[in-house]
Amino acid sequence: MLERIGVPAIDALFECVPDKLRLDRALDLPAGQSEQEVMQRLAALAQQNVNAQDTDWFLGAGTYAHFLPSAVDALISRSEFYTAYTPYQAEISQGTLQAVFEWQTMMCGLTGLEVSNASMYDGASATAEAALMAMRITRRNRVAIAPGLHPHYVEVVRTYLGGLGAEVVQPAIGSAPELTDDVACWIVQQPGFLGSVERLTDHAEAAHSVGALLVVTVTEALSLALLQAPGDAGADIVCGEAQSFGVPMAFGGPHVGFLASRQKHVRQMPGRLVGETVDTEDKRGFVLTLSTREQHIRRERATSNICTNQGLCLMIATVYLALLGRTGLRELAELNLAKAEYAKSCVRDHPQLSLPIDRPTFNEFVVRVPDSGAQALERARAANAIGGLDLSEAAPQLGPAVLVCTTELASREAIDRLVDSLGGAAG
Amino acid sequence: MKRNASRGLAYEEDLLFELSRPGRRGADTPAYDIPRVDVEDLLGGLLRDDVAALPEVSEVDVVRHFTRMSTWNAAVDLGLYPLGSCTMKYNPKVNERVARLPGFSHAHPMAPAVDNQGLLGLCFELEQWLAEISGMDRVTLQPAAGAQGELAGIMMIRAYHEQRGDTRRQKVLVPDSAHGTNPASAALNGYDIVAVPSGEDGILHPEAVAERMTDEIAALMITNPNTLGLFESHIAELCDVVHAGGGLVYGDGANLNALLGVSRPGDMGIDVMHYNLHKTFSTPHGGGGPGAGPVGIKASLAPYLPTPVVEQGPDGFFWNHDLPDSIGRLHGNHGNVGMLVRAYTYILALGAEGLRRSTDLAVLNANYLLACLREHYHVPIDRPVMHECIVSDRGLAETGITTMDVAKRLIDHGYHPPTIYFPLIVAGAMMIEPTESESLEGLDRFVEALVEIADEARTDPETVRTAPHHTRHRRLDETRAARKPILRWQPPTEPA
Repeated sequence: MLERIGVPAIDALFECVPDKLRLDRALDLPAGQSEQEVMQRLAALAQQNVNAQDTDWFLGAGTYAHFLPSAVDALISRSEFYTAYTPYQAEISQGTLQAVFEWQTMMCGLTGLEVSNASMYDGASATAEAALMAMRITRRNRVAIAPGLHPHYVEVVRTYLGGLGAEVVQPAIGSAPELTDDVACWIVQQPGFLGSVERLTDHAEAAHSVGALLVVTVTEALSLALLQAPGDAGADIVCGEAQSFGVPMAFGGPHVGFLASRQKHVRQMPGRLVGETVDTEDKRGFVLTLSTREQHIRRERATSNICTNQGLCLMIATVYLALLGRTGLRELAELNLAKAEYAKSCVRDHPQLSLPIDRPTFNEFVVRVPDSGAQALERARAANAIGGLDLSEAAPQLGPAVLVCTTELASREAIDRLVDSLGGAAG
Repeated sequence: MKRNASRGLAYEEDLLFELSRPGRRGADTPAYDIPRVDVEDLLGGLLRDDVAALPEVSEVDVVRHFTRMSTWNAAVDLGLYPLGSCTMKYNPKVNERVARLPGFSHAHPMAPAVDNQGLLGLCFELEQWLAEISGMDRVTLQPAAGAQGELAGIMMIRAYHEQRGDTRRQKVLVPDSAHGTNPASAALNGYDIVAVPSGEDGILHPEAVAERMTDEIAALMITNPNTLGLFESHIAELCDVVHAGGGLVYGDGANLNALLGVSRPGDMGIDVMHYNLHKTFSTPHGGGGPGAGPVGIKASLAPYLPTPVVEQGPDGFFWNHDLPDSIGRLHGNHGNVGMLVRAYTYILALGAEGLRRSTDLAVLNANYLLACLREHYHVPIDRPVMHECIVSDRGLAETGITTMDVAKRLIDHGYHPPTIYFPLIVAGAMMIEPTESESLEGLDRFVEALVEIADEARTDPETVRTAPHHTRHRRLDETRAARKPILRWQPPTEPA
């Protein structure tokens, strides 16, 4: 090969690198290891993390422990899917493209909107991109966020909007939304971070009355199978996190953000879109489309800088939704709700515990504990449970409290143990 | 000639919604061990009808559906996938096995740090490794892909200038050969873009930057090696010019795979850069992600790192949220950690020597392809390249055959086409990146295919122009898709 190239040695290929920039030593990294040694080291690291398979799990707060059907991993482990890239060459990417088209269709149905893109990085950046999209549509520079938005999402929206001279406002809990006629969008999480199900029609009316868009963010996507479709309630953009659709928690990522909107706003949408077309023999097929919105064509005038998104996680969610389907997803959502209602009834019956928020919930709710969230969770931990999220930072106004999530994985016995341990301190 | 691919059965498969039959299910749910509830009663008007857009199909339906669809894809595991700048190298299977260990795949990002010491330790160590590989001082693992890394880097640059009261700098220099994400990322953070032309020799010259370097310029964004596969030999001088003018230099690390153990961006004068773990560090591309785009910085930018950052204290690893000058959070959690685990595994398996060897072989392979293709295809800038080479359709002009036709005809030979029509500064570019994963025989076979297509362009142009011929679909009509977008399936309307 060197002869064909016309150089004496591989080193000669690097002559374009000036001497002063050549690293004159080996990189200071561990020596390479065999696969067996690598597995041993990684298995040891993995064991130092508490995982939802070996532990009773009640922590949600944006990342949810659900059962993963076997067919999901079997199918997305086909390397024809996972070792392909973005389907630029449609004729040899139809597997990926058809799956994205199916995802778009199902997300439109779940959100009650007309267009869904081919995923965003995660729910937080999807929310930030939704805010930017609303700013482009309304040509307004102010974004208002309802109190129930996941605190990390609020931070990400602030980060994304930071350099643009845009203003982000968030009314305190209980005070009226500052909806003025310079607001681009009103962002509402459904259910809210603390679990409450919002009446979205009220929010839509409030936003639309000042010419703002209603952006609805969903972190527990399973709720979409049960609660009024945000699009039907008047939401203009629905975005969030679809991790609940079969994607492992994986310490917070990779997950799969989604973003859907009304047809009339499609040209302001960020991210990739797959559309139906035909080939030269009139056979139906799918291609990436409306690419003139995107960075590789439009460069600095693109609707977003996003390129690589969360393709394989979208594939996971698509397979999952296909498996559960129309009846299964609804059934699962109702089971999640029933688990939460059972847990809430146990909390109500416990002398040391209470429910400080009296609102309808889905699978997540706040429990007031006798001493402190941290202490209550330590007791749960001693009973082999990750009992929820300590709310001392996110919602100090509630007093000592824990955000508890019950999915289909939570057995009745585990819920009973949790309630006992959360309330277990001497009054 | 031994062909790389021949005809095979192409399975047909309808959309899920067309397969749907009432009452079918592909997954079940556990029995109730708690009382049933009346959802109407609990939620009333907040309740929806069932989701009619979801299909009703059996597990067998679903398994066959996606298995059949998978056969319509090209993939690295099927053969050479020379998509330039995307680094479609082999993705070791051990990465996938490791990422599925329950301690990684079922860990929760908001569980207490004490319960996630293995993951925090892995992140901490990976940051140090990436810093050593690139010559940077600190690393954040939070960005979910290269483009989000660019955004993070640009935001840190903005914070740096603003902290110094230097608010005049509202423009960013971007070479005309840059990836589209560079100008898009800078614009997303409110910057105006000033394009910098590459020289005749395909690289950037200090004079071109000096001419445009004013006190309104916040940064230069540069990719090294650049998208022509060329090392930016003047990189140190370019950085000097920008620094002397009060700006910072952003390094797009998309092509870092050409430099492992050879040269480090930090030593060149780059202030902030991103790494594409799905390119250089072998995490799979997933049909369009997930990737991961960690960002390395020099110490001067450390106050602006996204929060939280992982640190080591007397009681173990912890998340430090206390960075008052931080640009803030970019990700809902800690980034695409599953990809970080895979990249960590790759670096651990290869070690310093293995990483260097991956670069050596990637560069060898690209130069070998260039040497073999030179007499058959026009080479717009004929210089030794790094990890990828560029040819164009100019030599085929009299045949009327274009780069698009060559790309589509390559599909008939069983190859994914190279990146085409990019970089924009080369008309009809084919950007070919073989990576280190290909053997000599594999490269020779690919060259034979390209040579055969060049010959065919002269002897039988119609066959090339109407390619691909062996795929399930013939050429797809992208114009039609964009003119009247159909972006979801809808039930056929009943005939009147």
